Parts: sequence; structure tokens; C-alpha cells
Amino acid sequence: MVESLLAQAEMNGSVNVAMNIAFGIIATVMIFAAFSVVTTKNVVHAALYLVVVLAGVAAQYILAAAEFVAVSQVMVYIGAVMVLFLFGIMLTRAQIGKEEGLNNSGWQLGIPVALLLFGLMAYVIVDTYEDTVIGERTPFATEGISDQVLAPFLVPFLAISFVLLAAAIGAIVLARKD
Amino acid sequence: MLAQLAAEFPDWYPEWNIPYWLMSILRVVGGLVAVLLPAGGIVYIFLFKMMSFMQSRLGPMEAGPYGSMQLLAEVGKWMQKEDLAPDNADVRIYKMAPLIVLLSTFLLVVVVPFGPQAYFTNFETGIFYALAVASVSVLGILIAGWSSANKYSLLGGLRAGGQLIAYELPMVLATLGVVIQAGSMNLNRIIEVQNTGEIFGIGWIGNPFVITQFIGFLIFMIAVQAELTQSPFDMPIAESELVSGYMTEYSGFRFLIFFIAEFATAGVFGFIASVLFLGGWGVPFTWFGWEGISDVAWWMNFVGPLIMFTKMFALVGVIMWVRFSYPRFREDQLQTFAWKVLIPLALANTAATAILKVVF
Repeated sequence: MVESLLAQAEMNGSVNVAMNIAFGIIATVMIFAAFSVVTTKNVVHAALYLVVVLAGVAAQYILAAAEFVAVSQVMVYIGAVMVLFLFGIMLTRAQIGKEEGLNNSGWQLGIPVALLLFGLMAYVIVDTYEDTVIGERTPFATEGISDQVLAPFLVPFLAISFVLLAAAIGAIVLARKD
Repeated sequence: MLAQLAAEFPDWYPEWNIPYWLMSILRVVGGLVAVLLPAGGIVYIFLFKMMSFMQSRLGPMEAGPYGSMQLLAEVGKWMQKEDLAPDNADVRIYKMAPLIVLLSTFLLVVVVPFGPQAYFTNFETGIFYALAVASVSVLGILIAGWSSANKYSLLGGLRAGGQLIAYELPMVLATLGVVIQAGSMNLNRIIEVQNTGEIFGIGWIGNPFVITQFIGFLIFMIAVQAELTQSPFDMPIAESELVSGYMTEYSGFRFLIFFIAEFATAGVFGFIASVLFLGGWGVPFTWFGWEGISDVAWWMNFVGPLIMFTKMFALVGVIMWVRFSYPRFREDQLQTFAWKVLIPLALANTAATAILKVVF
């Protein structure tokens, strides 16, 4: 695997071998953690394995030179979503040790769905890029992202903001009983 | 990355020519110094001495001249203690929790620039990154509280979680004002803008954002106080009700790690606040006739860290002064203060800054 990468790197000089190895290691850790999320017998452990998966995604974004998205991933998913998850779990059922009855009765259905999704995404990626080699990239300037979001994509951006705001207000209205 | 740096700073990079392995060693040593030196300094100067003087006593005097070796004695004591865990604890997570908190501190210091070229990494999204990794420490605190199998710890962890989420928002919003005014999230660029700027045509002190963003500075410092769970925001470790909150069951070197992380994070937040509001490592560039960051003389890489440490100790001194002076907020007062006072104020500050930025 490494040898074929090195051979390719010699051929066209744009394959970053270290980056590919790092990708492989991070992806392996992510897959292991993702399986652990659904197999572990403790809810808090599952949440922590999910943190590993999400941190792995952020690391992959950094490898792909998408700095801003990586930092957003850490801020939103690890800093906010997972903290709220753990907060909620600890407020309601903070049991230490193994727990029974965590499995959903229809869990087998998840396997074909996961396989189907994997097949679909693998097909789309392979079909789009075939054997194009994408060279090394320098990080994209953050101003470029804001220029895109606030000029050509302003209307979709405002629409998504509106939906999120409505969802946030809806959550507060539903949660308040008085 | 190095090639890009070479293009940016053509006049220094070729002649310094530091090999990659040496650069890596320098970065590791620099990171340790930037984390441990502030932690030790803050504990000795403020926790041991300033607090003692404020209470009309001398503080530690036996170990070394004026007790200056007390810290080493304390570390030695902690290292000798047995690594204990409660019977019912989730041992693996219990042992991991303090490390996550310390990891967050080390990740934070990575973006702090100490000179025009003396930085660990010149992240384009520097301040955004800092705010993001600062929130990772909450995870460590929450699971420390949960895995201890102790109701005081769990309550402390929950209180800490609620408080840190509440005060992260005003901190992010206060930073927005600075980012709008500087037009960049890169910390070195923020420093450059402050040191080359001028206020109404007067440029000899530059334009430190503490003047134009004074409300943002106040909100940021209050939020830092709460993020560090220093009094009057020490509800999560309120010793009269919760023993020591999420740290109750920890002893020995795992307690030491929490302790170091607390004061090292205070130091790093001091660094970040001085970069955002006090001009960071720089002096106003007009004093030496520098046009921009690429003209700054090489010796600023050695003077810069000293300036940063001075500013950091001044800011942390204020944090500690407040800590030793005020009694604890009640839990509901603490939440109300964040959600009903600080966040609306920070939003108004952001809006005002944005409008003024467009007008001028």
C-alpha cells in the first residue's frame, strides 16, 4: 500500500504520502469507535466513542486543508452537541457499569441500511473522481468562504438560518410548560 | 507549509534555516514553557503571596527564599501519593478525565503568537480555533464528575457543564467585535492591526482594542473568570456544599493535573486576552518606523514573549484579585447574569461594532 503510494508520488509528484498514511490511521480509529458506539453496554461510553468519531472527522477536514470546517466541527459537535448529550444523560440516567436493554428491537434493520449507504457513497465517489489525483492544497482563506455565503448564496443562507431559528424557538415553546 | 512561510518572510527564513527536527523540539519545549511557566508563576505570585498579603499573613516562607521553592515541594508531595480510585468508579474514564482537561490547555496554547515569527502555528482561523478547543475541557470536567461515582462530584460536574456552556456564548460574541474591527481571525493579523492603527489620527499608542472594544473586553474578562470557575463563579467546586465538586475524589498526581490545568488555562486565557485587546507581543510599530508585520525587527521574537508574559501576569492578576475579593454567586444569579445581561450586551456590542465598521 505504502509502496504503491510512493511509486505514485514519484510518478506525478503530487501525492502526499504522509497525508495518505495519516488518513488511513485516523479512518481506522474512526471505524473502530463507530462500531463501539453501537456495541458498548454503557450510554456514557457510547457518547465518548461518538466524540472520538467526531474528532476524527475534524482531523480529516484538517488533512483536506479545510481549516474553517474542521474548527466549526470541533466547536459545534464536540464543544456543544456532545456536551449537551452528556449533560442530558447525566441529568436523567447516570448509571455506572453495564446496562441491559439498550438495544432497539429493530436493530437488525440498521445493517442493510448501513451497507446500502456505504455502497451508494462509495459508488458516487469512485464514479465522480475515477483515477484523478487531487494535488496538495493550501488552506482556503476564510474571507473566501464568507464572500461566497454572503453574496451568491445569500438567499439559501438566510433560508437555513430562518429554519434553524424557527426550530430553536419551537424547542423552547415545547419545553416550557407554564 | 514551510515553503509558504519562506515566501512570506523571505528575509529571515533562509538565513535562520532551522531544520525540521530542531523546529519540532523547539516547539515542544516552547509549548511546555508557555504552559508550565505561567501556571507556576500564577500559583506562587498570586495564590501563595498576593492572597496571603491580602489576608495579612506571610504565606509559605520555609522552602527556599521567601518560600519560592514551595511549589516544587508541593509537586513532590503530590507525586508521592498513591493513585487512588473509588471502588464503584468507572476507572478508565476516571483516570482519563484530568488528561482531557490538560489536553485542552495544550491545544489552546498552540495558536498563541509570541513574536512576528515566534509562533507554534499561524492558523488562519486562530481565534475561532482557540474558542473551539477551549470548550473541549468541559468534556473532561463532565466525565470526571460522572465517573467518580459520587453524588457531590456528579452535581459539581453538572454545575460546571451548565456554567461553562452559558459563559462560552458571551465569550464568543465578545470576540466577534474584535474580529469585525480587525477584519481577520488570525491572531498575528489582529496584533498587526492594533499596532499599526490609530484613533482619530493619533497613532503613537496604536489602536489597542481595549479602548474601542471596552465593553467587549469587560464581557470577555467576566466570561474568562467564569470559564476558569474562579470565584465569584466557583459554584461547581463550592467547597461548603459540594466538598470540591467534580474534583472531590481525585488525589495525588491526577489532582495535580487538574490543578496545573486550572492555572495554566488562566495563563493561556491571559495570553489570548492580551492578544485580542492589548496589542499582544507588539509595541506600536510607529515607534521603530515599521510599516507592517513583515518589517518588524528580528529581536521582537525575543522581546515579544517578555511583553506577552508581562501583559498576561497583569490580566491574570486582575482575575485573581477579583477571585480573592468577592463572595460566590448563587446558581440562579449566575445563569441569569449570563443569559439576560452578558449575552444581550455582547450582541448589542457586536451590532454596534458592525455598524461603526461600515460607517467609518
